[in-house]
Amino acid sequence: MKELTLAATVENIAAVTDFVNAELETADCPMKAQMQIDLAIDEIFANIAQYAYAPGTGMATVRFALQPDPRTAVLTFLDSGIPYNPLEKEDPDTTLSAEEREIGGLGILLIKKTMDAVEYIRTNGQNVLTVRKRF
Amino acid sequence: MKINQTKNGSALVIALEGRLDTMTAPELEEQLKEGLNGVEDLTFDFEKLDYISSAGLRVLLSAQKTMHRQGKMKVVHVNETIMEVFEVTGFTDFLCIE
Repeated sequence: MKELTLAATVENIAAVTDFVNAELETADCPMKAQMQIDLAIDEIFANIAQYAYAPGTGMATVRFALQPDPRTAVLTFLDSGIPYNPLEKEDPDTTLSAEEREIGGLGILLIKKTMDAVEYIRTNGQNVLTVRKRF
Repeated sequence: MKINQTKNGSALVIALEGRLDTMTAPELEEQLKEGLNGVEDLTFDFEKLDYISSAGLRVLLSAQKTMHRQGKMKVVHVNETIMEVFEVTGFTDFLCIE
């Protein structure tokens, strides 16, 4: 398992993506799965950066592990911000027209649809969000 | 992300290169604020765009709403990853994708 701890800022999304991509490339992860994982990182880390410590700032930790049979990337995001379970939120109505649409909740919906599993727990005063992607 | 705009009369083509995500979406949003004035035919060319996150979808939706009022909008050269994002979020129902 590898781990990266850094300030939870939108600017640091790139650092998290680079950290995970280096591991995925070593593991010969197909490009499509890598893009989907990068997308999940953008959604999750942006959410932590924008809301977990607002209006203040704080740290976040990202863990990466690779499981065999079937090969699965396991990413865990930890922050000590306000308790927030994104999985509790109701999925947005994706059948509405452009005019009726309110944007919100699409990020977590995308993660649920493109990852193989998403789990949330609150433990030791931390939000722990884990996503799994087989490849 | 690179944003290349080509304007021809009331037609505007915006070619994006790289990733339309949390970091880059505000840049596009800023350019569209005044960039859509007088535009009746808007085309987003995604040939060199790798992926789009919800932050990018938000900007596309806002552009679509503007273009509903003043003309038409389409998205061309959409790759598989981006198409899946459009399908999952129901954007395929109202976006004109060629």
